[in-house]
Amino acid sequence: MAILEVNKLTKSFGGLTAVSNVSMALEEGELVGLIGPNGAGKTTLFNLLTGVYTPTSGTITFTRNGVKREIQGLKPYTICEAGIARTFQNIRLFKDLTVFDNVRIAMHKNVKYRLLSSVFHLPSYSREEKRLKEETMELLSIVKLDHKKDEYAKNLPYGEQRKLEIARALATNPALLLLDEPAAGMNPAETAELTEFISWIRERFKLTILLIEHDMSLVMKICERIYVLDYGMMITNGTPEEIRTNKRVIEAYLGEDVNNA
Amino acid sequence: MEQLLQQIINGISLGSIYALIALGYTMVYGIIKLINFAHGDVYMIGAYTGYVCMTKFQLGFLPSLLIAMVVCALLGIIIEKVAYKPLRNATRIAVLITAIGVSLFLEYSTMFVASANVRSYPPMEGLLSKTFKIKNITISMHQIIIVIITLLLMVLLQFVVKKTKTGKAMRAVSQDRDAAQLMGIDVDNTISVTFALGSTLAGAAGVLVGVYYNSINPLMGTMPGLKAFVAAVFGGIGIIPGAMIGGYIIGIIEVFVSGYINSMYRDAVVFAILILILIVKPAGLLGKNTREKV
Amino acid sequence: MKNIFERDWVRKLFSLILTFVVIQILISTNIINDYLQATLATICINIILAVSLNLITGFTGQFSLGHAGFMSIGAYTCALITMRIPTIYGFILGVFSGAILAAIVGVLVGLPTLRLRGDYLAMATLGMSEIIRIVFENLEITNGPAGLNGIPRFVNWTWLFILTAGTVLAITNFLKSSHGRACISIREDEIAAEAMGINTTKYKVMAFTIGAFCAGIAGAVYASYFYFIKPNLFGFAKSIDILVIIVFGGLGSISGSILSAILLALISTYLQSFPEIRMILYSLLLIIIMVFRPQGLMGSKEVSLSVFSKLGKMFKPEKGRE
Ligand SMILES: Nc1ncnc2c1ncn2[C@@H]1O[C@H](COP(=O)(O)OP(=O)(O)O)[C@@H](O)[C@H]1O
Ligand SMILES: [Mg+2]
Repeated sequence: MAILEVNKLTKSFGGLTAVSNVSMALEEGELVGLIGPNGAGKTTLFNLLTGVYTPTSGTITFTRNGVKREIQGLKPYTICEAGIARTFQNIRLFKDLTVFDNVRIAMHKNVKYRLLSSVFHLPSYSREEKRLKEETMELLSIVKLDHKKDEYAKNLPYGEQRKLEIARALATNPALLLLDEPAAGMNPAETAELTEFISWIRERFKLTILLIEHDMSLVMKICERIYVLDYGMMITNGTPEEIRTNKRVIEAYLGEDVNNA
Repeated sequence: MEQLLQQIINGISLGSIYALIALGYTMVYGIIKLINFAHGDVYMIGAYTGYVCMTKFQLGFLPSLLIAMVVCALLGIIIEKVAYKPLRNATRIAVLITAIGVSLFLEYSTMFVASANVRSYPPMEGLLSKTFKIKNITISMHQIIIVIITLLLMVLLQFVVKKTKTGKAMRAVSQDRDAAQLMGIDVDNTISVTFALGSTLAGAAGVLVGVYYNSINPLMGTMPGLKAFVAAVFGGIGIIPGAMIGGYIIGIIEVFVSGYINSMYRDAVVFAILILILIVKPAGLLGKNTREKV
Repeated sequence: MKNIFERDWVRKLFSLILTFVVIQILISTNIINDYLQATLATICINIILAVSLNLITGFTGQFSLGHAGFMSIGAYTCALITMRIPTIYGFILGVFSGAILAAIVGVLVGLPTLRLRGDYLAMATLGMSEIIRIVFENLEITNGPAGLNGIPRFVNWTWLFILTAGTVLAITNFLKSSHGRACISIREDEIAAEAMGINTTKYKVMAFTIGAFCAGIAGAVYASYFYFIKPNLFGFAKSIDILVIIVFGGLGSISGSILSAILLALISTYLQSFPEIRMILYSLLLIIIMVFRPQGLMGSKEVSLSVFSKLGKMFKPEKGRE
């Protein structure tokens, strides 16, 4: 069953059409890649899916637990509540907060006490805060960042910042996870570790994952299907093998080697 | 009808003053993204300089005006070098507090030196004191001078910004400071020049107001400063023609509210307009709405 | 047995009671005379104002220049009510109504303006508070620019203490809750916060409203203690004063705000002996502090009360020896 259906989605910035008439569908549990040259509109597509931008036209349908919902143009926090979480191409952690707080904040939406309780620290506050603490620690130990829980996010090494951003997205309890160039700036060893990590969280949290990536070794290795965007248009999609040999893809990447890029 | 025309004439005179001050705000904001709260006080210093020139040194209007402009230009440069330059990399709010500090310093130093009393400008003589009457509409020579000098200064400013090397450097620095630096532009120097230009205009506005309203005091810069800032935001902050248009519109609106509604509410209306414009079109009349890229 | 001084609330309670009693004794023995009591009241009022503005600007990252506007609403409401009901119940009613009215105006102002960022929000809030001031200058019931005189005084040290400590505790509690953390995440990165499921508009308005509520309390206390108010006490300059306190103390530090409110009030009291150059010195100080320490006294760190737990530990071995 399709978890996400994008239908004829378009986004223009003034004269520039960054995403043009894009349609795609993700099945539940899939791990799908989204590739394309720089400026193709991949990040813009993510921004449309997560409500950062409002589409010029087209629809986005998201299904969770059998409930189907049109989500285009909704606020980002509503879309997050519906079950789509993301990371950012340029890491956007809460830099001056601890690793622990970065994750705890992302659990905000299922906190069940109200303003009065937070001002007077009533019993419901203590109960919920305790649960929140436990769940945060649990998630941190799953992603093996528990030993760094009191570090400021800005002081983590680059690779761990990327990982923390994924952990923070997981804390919102998503069904669909969007990763924007998670391996950017990583060395081959780090990339290999990240590749494992992505496959693993997908099993562990029963996720559907859509990921933008330039590192073809990663994409070809773990993606079951790949969509290719060029100049805002979806030019094709298929298995890694099909994409590798597709003529239009090779043209789009002219000058770049699809096999090793 | 006659009353309407009269109000428009008064509005244009007042608007000229706002426009002159607003230009300084907008240029400084454009180049270092600072609401220079001390700018209204530079205008006050301009008024006092003109006053000293006319009373102590018995100078005429034009020499006094020029001296006030030069003094304010220097003051602008000094303020920038001493108070703002050390904070180039600090948070905006820290620089803003510094600007407030400078503003208080100028106000209370003036009060210390010249006392808090209101002082009146010496009356103009000869041609400068004439008023003309066409039917029931009065136009004073003061008003004509204000408008002419303002227009002159604006044309000059446009020339400097559009046609000279310094002007190009100013535009480059306000677009992208780092890139400008890489292109070999002396950023510090350019910022100083911007402050000097803005302060020159404020100084001129100070003398013109002294002549027009006849009375000056150490706190005279606060309200016109704020309103000129509103004018700059109205036109689109950072945009030079925007500040001119904004200044005239605010001036005219203010005069109309005083004339037709209630002068007690004239400031309130100006601020209400500010809030409205911020909500409806925060980039201002001539500005383009931009959104952060994610 | 666990040392009871290691418990957070015990430490808090202990230090609060200590502060209250010590100052009460100093007042009773007239070491804090009438003149210093006015300074004390100013300090308390400024602490309430600073801590609540810090919630808006230092923690939620929303630059407001209109705090004095909310303060004036509290002041006028409380004054008008206590002048008609000059009893302690009237005063309590006045404080509450003032705070609630300020909070309501906070919501009304916050909803449309809080989507603005940075300097634009600052200008909108400045404009808003100027409008409030002008309205008070023109209303009949508020007696125009001359203001209200002879407001009954109900505020004494006990009230100052209860309201100040109450506000500080409520805001620190709030900041330690999920709601408070949501506000802080907005300061850190608004786009990321929203993508993590935080309704940023809601929390910005919440912070703004709580801040306005507290500023209303501060205004009510001011009116009742100084028994005279007029609109231009609550102008642009007052908003700036409050901003200076929080920037000087460190944006995002509650203890910094408290420390800074105390220090600045003392400096200001001291400078009263040089009336002609008072403001010149004050402004120079401001510039110098900002040039040399733009992050403020405390940065975003807090002074902790662990000094009491250390005290507690010192007692423990002694008990052991007994
Ligand atoms: N907020 C925006 N305003 C104007 N243009 C934008 C905006 N966001 C993205 N674009 C433009 O859209 C195009 C696609 O950008 P993007 O989606 O970031 O590409 P990529 O595929 O590299 O992620 C680019 O030309 C970019 O400049
Ligand atoms: Mg991208």
